[in-house]
Amino acid sequence: MHSSPSGKPGNTKTVIRIRDLKKTFGKRQVLKGIDIELLHGTCLGLLGPNGAGKTTTIRILLGLVIPTNGRIEVFGEPYPESIRRVKYRIGVVPQMDNLDPDLTIFENLLVYANYFKIPIKVARDRAEELLDFFALKNRRDEIIQNLSGGQRRRLLLARALINRPELLILDEPTIGLDPQARLLMWQRLEALRKNGTTMLLTSHYMEEVSRLATDVIIIDNGRAIARGNPGNIVEKMLGVEVVEFSADEKDLRELARLLRDCDVATELVDDRLYVYKKAGCRELDEAATSMPHVVKRPATLEDLFLKLTGRKLRER
Amino acid sequence: MFRVWYRNFKVWLKHLQASLIGNLGQPFLFLLAFGFGLGKSVPEIEGMSYLQFIAPGLVASAVMYSAAFEATYGSYTRLSTQGTFEAILITPITVVELTLGEILWGATKGLVAGLIMLATLPLFGVVPSYWSVLMIPLLFVEGIIFSAFGLIMTAVATNYDFFNYFTSLVITPLFLFSGIFFSLKAVTPALRNGLMLLPLSNIVDLSRMLCYGRLHEIAPLEMELLIILVFTIVSGWTAVILLKRRMIQ
Repeated sequence: MHSSPSGKPGNTKTVIRIRDLKKTFGKRQVLKGIDIELLHGTCLGLLGPNGAGKTTTIRILLGLVIPTNGRIEVFGEPYPESIRRVKYRIGVVPQMDNLDPDLTIFENLLVYANYFKIPIKVARDRAEELLDFFALKNRRDEIIQNLSGGQRRRLLLARALINRPELLILDEPTIGLDPQARLLMWQRLEALRKNGTTMLLTSHYMEEVSRLATDVIIIDNGRAIARGNPGNIVEKMLGVEVVEFSADEKDLRELARLLRDCDVATELVDDRLYVYKKAGCRELDEAATSMPHVVKRPATLEDLFLKLTGRKLRER
Repeated sequence: MFRVWYRNFKVWLKHLQASLIGNLGQPFLFLLAFGFGLGKSVPEIEGMSYLQFIAPGLVASAVMYSAAFEATYGSYTRLSTQGTFEAILITPITVVELTLGEILWGATKGLVAGLIMLATLPLFGVVPSYWSVLMIPLLFVEGIIFSAFGLIMTAVATNYDFFNYFTSLVITPLFLFSGIFFSLKAVTPALRNGLMLLPLSNIVDLSRMLCYGRLHEIAPLEMELLIILVFTIVSGWTAVILLKRRMIQ
């Protein structure tokens, strides 16, 4: 339904180009020089713990935060001069629900369309179409306060599409949703991606990023610490399998020493040893059968994320 | 700017009743208590009954209360809990347009409150002159000033309690000392000149003049208009700058 209006066939032009982006709030440097490249028709996932700088990056793209340093181009147009023109072509699903609580679903879409100078007749048609697509049609005239979390999120996404954006920015689009509601969001986002909508996604949910993103950048402490595509970045940087041992710290240290000659990476956290396996390793297989508490599973984006950003809870 | 105004208008239509009664209650109560109550024991003032004397000023105060209330409690709700400002700013609407739209909206609500009050004055035996038509632009400009004042407070507020300062240090003193309830001609020249530098006293004086089609006597007309103009521009400009600072980091 959403064919991208700029859609020159088969092009690979750059939608977002960011170079050396830095931002300091007071004394705290939130972004320490990030480069981002988002190609037309792809979905880039920004992954990182709370406070890593993902939302700041997005807010800079929307002109809500002024960067301390860096060059930004969106649709080939330079910032900050062209922000306003660029924003006519962007749709945003914000992290916080900021729907208009006093208005109905339908009115929310119409009022929003008005901000983009969309003629009322066109806006009505689009709103009906979007409500249909997001399974909200029978709640068209319901006040927002009566909606479930999932319905609100779907409406936020519908609202973001009212201007037929060529670039969709999703800041934690499924935060706080139950599995069914999340699945429905993902299906809609996948459909949009297949139609060629370019997306920039931030998320904590590894599954979400694996599913939707064609490229990932892991951000931590204001820096991009890894990038690649979600399919092979884990394998390349971590391995294919994770073996988790839980035992005495002393025994685990001993085990880690035994594994030194293998092509594995180990990480000892208190009474747990994580072994990321890149190739076959006899010592590891033996240990896995002899030790009492062992979990063996495929390595996921989550493992990579935790390996790179640390397993400790972050309090800032 | 008008797109922001339109959004607020649409929401307002849904809460019409509560909104009108809430904003008009106070000036009406004052008109009753002072006009009919106190007025019985007060002799003529500037050649009119006390009720006639205070009526135009109370119309102006209805505008002030309504505009200031909307631009503080109303706008602050949109800024904080509802996230409406943020929702608007992720679209092509700029902070300047947002601010001007909010000011315009507060002024509209002020004007509506003032006109309703004006239209009901005949019920109290006060008959406005034809000149009263000119009160429409005057009251709208007054709405802009107090809406901008309110938005300045909103831009620096950290919670709703903050607006108590605004009410007790700005709005209430203006209400009491702008010549609504007593004649500014009766006070010492120094005090009068000081009070005439405030925005509401000029508006009250002009309202009274237009309401009864009389020549004003307190200060030169050009002076009064100039003071109103300066307040309009400076408060509007300040609101834009402060809200920009609040919304864009």
